[in-house]
Amino acid sequence: MDRNQLQRQVALMRSSLIEQVPNPSLPSLKLLVGYLDEQQFLQLEDLQDDVNPNFVEEIVTLFYKDSARLFHNIEQALKSRPVDFAKLDNYMHQFRGSTSSIGAIKVKNECNQFKEFCLAGNAEGCARAFQKVKQEHETLRTQLETYFKLRRQAGLAETV
Amino acid sequence: MVKMEDIGARILAGDHQVQYGQNQRTKIKALVVDDNMINQALHRTLLRNLGIENHVVGNGREAVDVHCSGRRFDLILMDLDMPVMNGIEATKKLRAMGIQSTIAGVSSRSVDENIQEFWEAGLDDYQQKPLNFPKLVSILQKVNHSV
Repeated sequence: MDRNQLQRQVALMRSSLIEQVPNPSLPSLKLLVGYLDEQQFLQLEDLQDDVNPNFVEEIVTLFYKDSARLFHNIEQALKSRPVDFAKLDNYMHQFRGSTSSIGAIKVKNECNQFKEFCLAGNAEGCARAFQKVKQEHETLRTQLETYFKLRRQAGLAETV
Repeated sequence: MVKMEDIGARILAGDHQVQYGQNQRTKIKALVVDDNMINQALHRTLLRNLGIENHVVGNGREAVDVHCSGRRFDLILMDLDMPVMNGIEATKKLRAMGIQSTIAGVSSRSVDENIQEFWEAGLDDYQQKPLNFPKLVSILQKVNHSV
């Protein structure tokens, strides 16, 4: 695959990750909901320069590393009896803040659902919502890994 | 005095390489106060890209301690929810110490949520996370560079 094709693939992949609004002339079309907030993700890419050429990939790596820690804390808190909802809310607040910073809107939406159950003191609801958070989190990881792989290939093609 | 308004207009026009001061004497100094590693990385990089020297601490207590050690900053980006000492307590303490730096609250809470207490602690500005260039420029326009 040549450089132009790779770069087109990268652009297509990025578009598919980003939220899209349906064509208003075709209201029957299902809203294509992507995984990332366009403005926030492009802001992150805009921060990349010669000094920090892989900033987005680095911050995403940091996000997943920190997520593992927070997920462990949430799991432990969900197992404890009685459930400490204030602690749960605090852990999820931290995680939600991170998702917001990288523009992970679908993950963030699931975090909001978790918060609702937390506020209601519903442990079962929290557990179910947490499963959805983890699912979206993993789906995004897979999508982003593919995106970064394509970017690296496109970048390597430029130097050939 | 650095003219923040002119620099701000250039940044909003897309010039992200504007340097806030060309030499050590006039360089803006910022303190990032946030317990979240991703936000620390993001805020540091935003500031660095604008040529702003920055230091990072992980909670309000560390922000107070760094000032007790004698360091001063033009701008403090203060998170609200932090362990050990939150942003409200840290802002109150810094103001009580006579710190006149521009303190901008940066939190994931929306303006609709109760951030009145945060304002009353002594903020000069407040922006909802996530922080980005336009929001940071808006904050920088309130900085009096006299440190």
